[in-house]
Amino acid sequence: MIQAILVFNNHGKPRLVRFYQHFPEEIQQQIVRETFHLVLKRDDNICNFLEGGSLIGGSDYKLIYRHYATLYFVFCVDSSESELGILDLIQVFVETLDKCFENVCELDLIFHMDKVHYILQEVVMGGMVLETNMNEIVAQIEAQNRLEKSEGGLSAAPARAVSAVKNINLPEIPRNINIGDLNIKVPNLSQFV
Amino acid sequence: MSDIVEKTLTALPGLFLQNQLTGGAAAAKAPFSSRLGGLVRGITALTSKHEEEKLIQQELSSLKVTVAAPTTTLKMMKECMVRLIYCEMLGYDASFGYIHAIKLAQQGNLLEKRVGYLAVSLFLHENHELLLLLVNTVVKDLQSTNLIEVCMALTVVSQIFPREMIPAVLPLIEDKLQHSKEIIRRKAVLALYKFHLIAPNQVQHIHIKFRKALCDRDVGVMAASLHIYLRMIKENSSSYKDLTGSFVTILKQVVGGKLPVDFNYHSVPAPWLQIQLLRILGLLGKDDQRTSELMYDVLDESLRRAELNHNVTYAILFECVHTIYSIYPKSELLEKAARCIGKFVLSPKINLKYLGLKALTYVIQQDPSLALQHQMTIIECLDHPDPIIKRETLELLYRITNAQNITVIVQKMLEYLHQSKEEYIIVNLVGKIAELAEKYAPDNAWFIQTMNAVFSVGGDVMQPDIPNNFLRLLAEGFDDETEDQQLRLYAVQSYLNLLDVENAFYPQRFLQVMSWVLGEYAYLLDKETPEEVIAKLYKLLMNSAISSETRAWLIAAVTKLMPQAHSSTIVETLIQEFTVSLDTCMRQHAFELKHLRENVELMKNVLPVDKSCEGMVVDASLSFLDGFVAEELNHGAAPYKPHHQRQEEKLAQEKVLNFEPYGLSFSSSGFTGRQSPAGISLGSDTSGNSAETGLKETNSLKLEGIKKLWGKEGYLPKKENTATDEVEAQPISQDSVIMENVDQIITKRDQPPALTQSKEEKAKQLLASSLFVGLGSESTINLLGKADTISHKFRRKPKVKEIKSGEITSAHTMASSSFNSLSNEEDYYLDTLQDRGDKELKKLSFNSELLDSESFTELHMVEKLSNCNLSASSLFADNNLEIFHPSQSTAVSVANEVSLASSLLEEPTEHMHSDLMEVCNNETISVSSYKIWKNDCLLMVWSVANKSGSELKNAMLEITSEENLKVTEQVECCLPIIEAESTKNFQCSVQMEQPFTEGILSGIINYQMMDSHSVQLEFSVALSLLDFIRPLKISTEDFGKLWLSFANDVKQNIKMSESQAALPSALKTLQQKLRLHIVDIIGNEGLLACQLLPSIPCLLHFRVHADGLALWFRSSCSTLPDYLLYQCQKVMGES
Repeated sequence: MIQAILVFNNHGKPRLVRFYQHFPEEIQQQIVRETFHLVLKRDDNICNFLEGGSLIGGSDYKLIYRHYATLYFVFCVDSSESELGILDLIQVFVETLDKCFENVCELDLIFHMDKVHYILQEVVMGGMVLETNMNEIVAQIEAQNRLEKSEGGLSAAPARAVSAVKNINLPEIPRNINIGDLNIKVPNLSQFV
Repeated sequence: MSDIVEKTLTALPGLFLQNQLTGGAAAAKAPFSSRLGGLVRGITALTSKHEEEKLIQQELSSLKVTVAAPTTTLKMMKECMVRLIYCEMLGYDASFGYIHAIKLAQQGNLLEKRVGYLAVSLFLHENHELLLLLVNTVVKDLQSTNLIEVCMALTVVSQIFPREMIPAVLPLIEDKLQHSKEIIRRKAVLALYKFHLIAPNQVQHIHIKFRKALCDRDVGVMAASLHIYLRMIKENSSSYKDLTGSFVTILKQVVGGKLPVDFNYHSVPAPWLQIQLLRILGLLGKDDQRTSELMYDVLDESLRRAELNHNVTYAILFECVHTIYSIYPKSELLEKAARCIGKFVLSPKINLKYLGLKALTYVIQQDPSLALQHQMTIIECLDHPDPIIKRETLELLYRITNAQNITVIVQKMLEYLHQSKEEYIIVNLVGKIAELAEKYAPDNAWFIQTMNAVFSVGGDVMQPDIPNNFLRLLAEGFDDETEDQQLRLYAVQSYLNLLDVENAFYPQRFLQVMSWVLGEYAYLLDKETPEEVIAKLYKLLMNSAISSETRAWLIAAVTKLMPQAHSSTIVETLIQEFTVSLDTCMRQHAFELKHLRENVELMKNVLPVDKSCEGMVVDASLSFLDGFVAEELNHGAAPYKPHHQRQEEKLAQEKVLNFEPYGLSFSSSGFTGRQSPAGISLGSDTSGNSAETGLKETNSLKLEGIKKLWGKEGYLPKKENTATDEVEAQPISQDSVIMENVDQIITKRDQPPALTQSKEEKAKQLLASSLFVGLGSESTINLLGKADTISHKFRRKPKVKEIKSGEITSAHTMASSSFNSLSNEEDYYLDTLQDRGDKELKKLSFNSELLDSESFTELHMVEKLSNCNLSASSLFADNNLEIFHPSQSTAVSVANEVSLASSLLEEPTEHMHSDLMEVCNNETISVSSYKIWKNDCLLMVWSVANKSGSELKNAMLEITSEENLKVTEQVECCLPIIEAESTKNFQCSVQMEQPFTEGILSGIINYQMMDSHSVQLEFSVALSLLDFIRPLKISTEDFGKLWLSFANDVKQNIKMSESQAALPSALKTLQQKLRLHIVDIIGNEGLLACQLLPSIPCLLHFRVHADGLALWFRSSCSTLPDYLLYQCQKVMGES
């Protein structure tokens, strides 16, 4: 499970802080600070894994981070996650941000903090990886954005807006894979039901 | 966007001014969408932390006004929330906005709701009281027709949701599993998983739905359900073995590229899905050959396919390797996996190297030769600039340490230790060094010096059991008395040298160790006089940097040395100085010292020389004070009341509600033994006064409760084993150490001129040879203490035997009508069948029988007998009956097992006990165990049987437990000799410290064969909560009183089928399977009581209604009802 996701810049200013397990406010700040000091010490050419130490849950927890230009993306995970898998998940997250903001930079994260959170919610939900398919994530976000636009434009006619919103359907990429031989269905289904 | 930002930024100062002047109304008019930008820019422009704080406080106070103002629209509120989130992220308290975040989620339109939900999930936590206000909103949104609203509600549920409100949303979320949109189904699955994590007993019934999710036509939903399965299989893999085929099929299809292309990531099909599946397979196939065989093909395929050179393929490869080494081994796959590990270790990419080392660490126990292959790489990693790589390498070396390479490895660890500053790393590493040093120390000098280094670096952060173990080791010594004395003398001398160093600083713990050793063993010195030692201790005592705890140790050491000293001027000044000390503890010690000095005879009795290990008889009842007490009572003094009595009286006087449980018969055991001051005298002849007792306590080591890492036999025998090897190994390792450190020496030595290698390389190779010495040959593998290579070959054989012995013991218990393990499936089957048959008969006799509290065992006996009858009447001819006619070939071993079992079962017949189970075995030894459910504790009996024809030496059984279990009363776990074909029994009692569902008791058995190989076997036994539950026999009246006094309660309705809905059958199940005592039955309600050992009561009230059972638990312990409820649901579900 993912314990926390932290994004901060080269000066240790937090840009996104998301904990999936409750820590008191002071401890959260302390975790951000100490994590920053841990990763700051490390060159770019040494490994991307760190031990969390005593602050976050002890030896079962690892910090996995990536450094992009001015930002550090740090995921704190327990032993049930694959290190390299998380490393690529960070990549997916950043690439998605890049798609949604068109050449994402630190300023986007600051001024659209709420949007970054929405994107993150589509990738990781309650500490579990929800979606790793970039197109799917972007599609969800775009659906929400359309909602925003329609809302802005229809503010004069609230009733119509409401009905419009209600009729919006999330796009469904055809992912049904029951096509002939390409069946992923679990074989002995009847046994369960 | 940047335009807007610019605009706001230029307008910023004005905005703030305006805001300050006119407050909320003006702020409300300001362009809200740009306020966040202003705030951010304002903060980045500032230079000092102080200014930032000021600005944010300003911002927060203006926000406070705004959100509270009635004119603020929801749209403005939305903007305010974002700013509040920003402030919270920077670490400022914005708690005034929490309630508004909830309001926004309740009242806003979609967009506003989204911000509201986000703010709530960031601000609050699961136990926050405001969260209850959100429940209704969530319920409403879950029922909404708008997909986005449903999505938002599901997201917030999976982030934070109050545990006790789960029933309110559970049915709604379950419905969502059938939703037509896959995203909703997926989120619903994850939300249910979250519930499983925070309240497993509430989602018991939906496991079947998880199975449906696994078969969902959408891959995403199936992937989401894997989270759940990974977790549940980790907890208990045996109940999911039937799914192995499905997981294998899924993985096969994924690997085979049968998924749509948009699941590909860098043209690898669904890598995360593959990783999850591989992990699950690894857990399922562990120690299970049949299950493992199902997956060999797909693992091979995965290894083959993952050849693309991308990061994520390595992730899959790594998981593959891990799985291959976890499951039942197949040589062909192991070879391939070993090659893969090679790829990782040799990779120039540092991340892969790290994982390679990790894999090696994991694999090394099964295949030490792999480390030999990569020894040069490992050496390189030791000097890697990345401390994380270094640490992982040390971890690897720690696993391959043996008596021959210990010096080099510990030296490397100490080097690393001196460089690192993080407390966490120091604590961890120091523990490892101390453990290795105790296990494999080559000689006294090395051992003491290493421990000195450990103490001076680890100092005050290390685990307290390191110094305790060390002192215990010195005190208890080994078999050889002269060796012991040398070790002690060496320790004393090295400490005196250390204390001579001017201006040296030592951690307090180290000083405490020193003072104890000096106090106990300074008499061994022949050159230095005790006066000199006392002078040194005195110097330390006067040092202002010494803590008062250490002072107490020091003065105790002085007290011990005092009788040996001839002149005692220093002691006198010391007494003078400290009898006026402000520290009461020191003053007390000084007075004790003074009195002991005056009474030499008493001194010798209290502090004998070199007797620290011998028990001292103490008159705990203080009987020597009886005369004094009687006199005082005659003079009219009030009699002494024990603490609990005083408390009760106080409570009675105060007339407040009593939340404490009333005194019960079962809890009295805790008080006996310390009640009357004039109780039993434990040997009055040596009675001293109370002050002496206190002194003795501080002086002596607290040896109880410390894990025994190092037995009496552990040290010397091992040394003897390796003595021959050492002769060869020693020079090599010493050479390399010297070469590492002092290059000049190398140049001085005669080097063969033919060598073309550089000096550095040569040094590395020498290091390698000293590090990996003893890894290759057969004999030294055993020294590693991980003799897995041997057990591999024999794995198949014992397995067959195990099954057989299982059958036999079950047959045996059937015949002997003893209490039978509840999990025994065959018997359970018989039970139910017999239930149906004998229903009428039962109903007649049931009520009367149930009310009899003793009926528990009787009932079982009756049942057992009828079981036997049933099976005899050939109803089950195909399985059970054949046990009674074992075939000729197995008869011998069977007879052996039976005799073993019966001999064990002789003694404990008065208590119920489980079947004898074999927990581990190899060709020479077999360890079996069974549980005895005694009334006051759980007794585990271990029987160690020597199956071989020769005797085994130095067998040692060591039981360790998880943190929530406590093992006490371990009886003689060392055996110098086990004769051929004999059995020895040990027992230990286990207590539960924290309630839990299942715990594991693990142990190690060490022994030596005749040819002096030492072998170690590990085993474990699962314990469940039920092992610690005993009936609590109380009256209905007491029940009523207790019921009211307990604060923690849990209620739950469980559904039941028609047949069991009747009160008697439900009662019977609860009584038998949970060991509850039936207090009373009133109409369709029942009262039951039980206790968790040692004495935590739990009461159950239950009522039968139309189609189910309403259970209501109460206890003084907050977690116990939950766990019991879980067990209840389990047994009700089974029957």
